[in-house]
Amino acid sequence: MNEAIAIFQVEARENLELIEQGLLDLLDRPEDRDLVDAVFRGLHTLKGSGAMFGFDALAGFTHHCETAFDRVRKGEVAATTDLVSAVLAARDHMRQLLEDPSGDHGAAGDALLADLERAVREADGAAAPETPKAGATTWRVKFELPADAFRNGANPLALLNELRDLGEACVVVDTSRVPPLSRMEPTDLHLGWTVTLTTEHGRSAIEDVFIFVMDEMTLSIEAVDAEAAAPQEALQAAPQDAPVQAAAEPAQAPVSAAKPAAVAPAAPAAEPAEAGGAKAAKAAESVRVPADRLDELMDRVGELVIAQSRLSQIAAGGTDVALRAVSEEIERLSGELRDTMMVLRMVPVSTLFGRFRRLVHDLARETGKAIELSTDGESTEIDKTVIERLADPLVHLIRNAADHGLETAEDRAAAGKPATGRIRLSAHQSGGEVVITIRDDGRGIDRDRVRAKAESQGLIEPGAAISDHDLLQMIFHPGFSTAAAVTNLSGRGVGMDVVKRTIEGLRGSIDIASRPGEGSEVSLRIPLTLAIIDGLLVRVGHGRYVIPLDAVEECLELSLDEDLRSRGRSFISLRNSLVPFLRLREMFDTGTPPELHQKVVVVSTGAERIGLVVDQIIGDHQTVIKSMSKLHSGLPTFSGATILGDGGVALILDVGHLVAKGQQQEAQMREAV
Amino acid sequence: MSETAEATGWTGAEQMEVLTFELNGELFALEAVAVQEIMDLAPETVVPGAGAFAGAVINFRGKVIPLSDLRVAFAMERGEPTIDSRIVVIEIDLDGEPTLVGLRTDKVHEVTTLARADAEAPPSVGMRWRPEFIQCLVKRDGEFIVVPALQTLFNQQHDARQSTASATRH
Repeated sequence: MNEAIAIFQVEARENLELIEQGLLDLLDRPEDRDLVDAVFRGLHTLKGSGAMFGFDALAGFTHHCETAFDRVRKGEVAATTDLVSAVLAARDHMRQLLEDPSGDHGAAGDALLADLERAVREADGAAAPETPKAGATTWRVKFELPADAFRNGANPLALLNELRDLGEACVVVDTSRVPPLSRMEPTDLHLGWTVTLTTEHGRSAIEDVFIFVMDEMTLSIEAVDAEAAAPQEALQAAPQDAPVQAAAEPAQAPVSAAKPAAVAPAAPAAEPAEAGGAKAAKAAESVRVPADRLDELMDRVGELVIAQSRLSQIAAGGTDVALRAVSEEIERLSGELRDTMMVLRMVPVSTLFGRFRRLVHDLARETGKAIELSTDGESTEIDKTVIERLADPLVHLIRNAADHGLETAEDRAAAGKPATGRIRLSAHQSGGEVVITIRDDGRGIDRDRVRAKAESQGLIEPGAAISDHDLLQMIFHPGFSTAAAVTNLSGRGVGMDVVKRTIEGLRGSIDIASRPGEGSEVSLRIPLTLAIIDGLLVRVGHGRYVIPLDAVEECLELSLDEDLRSRGRSFISLRNSLVPFLRLREMFDTGTPPELHQKVVVVSTGAERIGLVVDQIIGDHQTVIKSMSKLHSGLPTFSGATILGDGGVALILDVGHLVAKGQQQEAQMREAV
Repeated sequence: MSETAEATGWTGAEQMEVLTFELNGELFALEAVAVQEIMDLAPETVVPGAGAFAGAVINFRGKVIPLSDLRVAFAMERGEPTIDSRIVVIEIDLDGEPTLVGLRTDKVHEVTTLARADAEAPPSVGMRWRPEFIQCLVKRDGEFIVVPALQTLFNQQHDARQSTASATRH
């Protein structure tokens, strides 16, 4: 049962997400009936399933919200901003009730309901015109529930009662599917019902009764001529079957109207024409898998790839044609397996971006600024683990944009900008990286303030010449904040350095650009996956190293002449610009003499680049990244290790660190000159 | 007996099952439960800048694990590997994380049982090894078996690593 509750909670969380998205959409398009219906359905499901799993506080609270929202759905009140915001706040409360059902939330809940009540009252005036009530119509409602409906918590009696509430109803039970007693499963349901209902409500009201079980059931609703809908006609059928049925029934439970039936040859689910059919089929297409199982599978696949490349080497070295054929086959298969595996772990960034709409909504209310969030490239996919770790940094950046970046409406008007501030969140894939940018059209970063702050903190010498780019980088220093006042949202000076560290921890990079008066743009470059990289395998001394391929710009030869000539300065000239380089052989203290034809691999991060002098370039290598143990985690030169085809280990170079080191060296050289 | 238990650092059961091995002519013992595997020498990858104690990594069943050399901690001469050289893979706890580590050995002897009654605390003088790296010495057949305090050893190396790393970074 605990497992069932856990599943309920997972589903309820998703449902709450959908409700939130729906409400946020509703803010933009208050007239959209589909949205209203979707939100209402969400609330209704939450209420029903909450009650079913014993979340009574949740069910009770949601019931009130549903009732209030029902008036929106019926078109009695308009979906005003205040009303939707009140429901949003109530949604948060539901989340709390879901996570902590035993806590005492009564007072908070009452306050929220009071707000909601007020919002509904205010919206009452703004109501859309009432839909004209149709006169009483007679409907014939036929429905059957699946055999396992009881076990799923459905209660046909309650459905029948709800139908009776709608109007005059005549209920006839259909016992044709009830099997002989010997084959009857007492917990199964195999009855159907035909209800002749005369009501003033429309078809949708009848459908709503079944909203909960709609996906699994078969339901037909047809309008009938009032006279022809002779209740007596239906009644005729009833007495014939009823006595037989009564005899066949086992010990009576109070749920007498809904009774077991047997394994009917025709499975109820096999009715694609019915409303639920398509939906049920769609649900079957996705399977929930715990993330750690995926990780485990990833490890296995990684090992398989390694074992396979060893096999390939052995096969290539031998003369056995059959072995080589099998080896090639396995190479292809394991490659495909790895690709499939990677896709399994990828999720679209829309799952991430979706959360920020609520954030921006709240920020707008808190700051009193009108903010519009637009998103772009939501279908871009990134590894799941990366997505999770991106959430916090992005929240921080968006808060910054809303709080510091965007001006107040008056300031914007004075600057000749539209009153609504814009924050644009976009993502696109670029090679092995995903680039995520957060752009605002606010006031931009105040260089003078940054400089003053940096000078007062001793980060730069007063009056020192510093490039604009470097100056902007100052905001990534710990404890750096130019906000004059600390607000609830940001300005505490913790954050940008944490953001930078988190991004770098993902092997990504962060960059900031800003134009005074026009706004700022922060771009994050994140590798697609943390698990596999394309690398350039090189040799330095006896050791082999992997350089992430997406950082590699070009490879050149370093002739012995040039090597000797550059000995004193460690620069090479590359198309008229000087690029500092690091001799890895010396850095790693290999104790081997240099090769006759050393190579320079030019790598870059952002605008900075350096050359790495290696002894030999072995070739491309797609690698499964293995983390280093804690014994070696303090070494900044290496970001991980990988296992090569021959079973040996190669270390993966941390390009960001090496570039920084090269720049440092360059600065020292300049000083020396 | 309990006072010797305090002094020798041998707590728990009266007897301990150990794997004995040789390093530079000295006999060492490791608790057998910590041992994962005894493997032949594997191709080693030197980790530049990592220091001599754990200066290389190896591939152990698809994982990259550090290879460490107790001879460095015990200031022993580091001879060339021989035909008897093996790597003993053990699991230790580093910062609360179970970590696999390979230990170089010159020769692996046997799994045997040591009794607490034979244990002695390391002498505080007259020993060229740092006493905190030794859990206890156990007398057997007229010679001493060294039971190294692996946890202390690795944590110290780990801490030293961390502090030098952060020192060079800033």
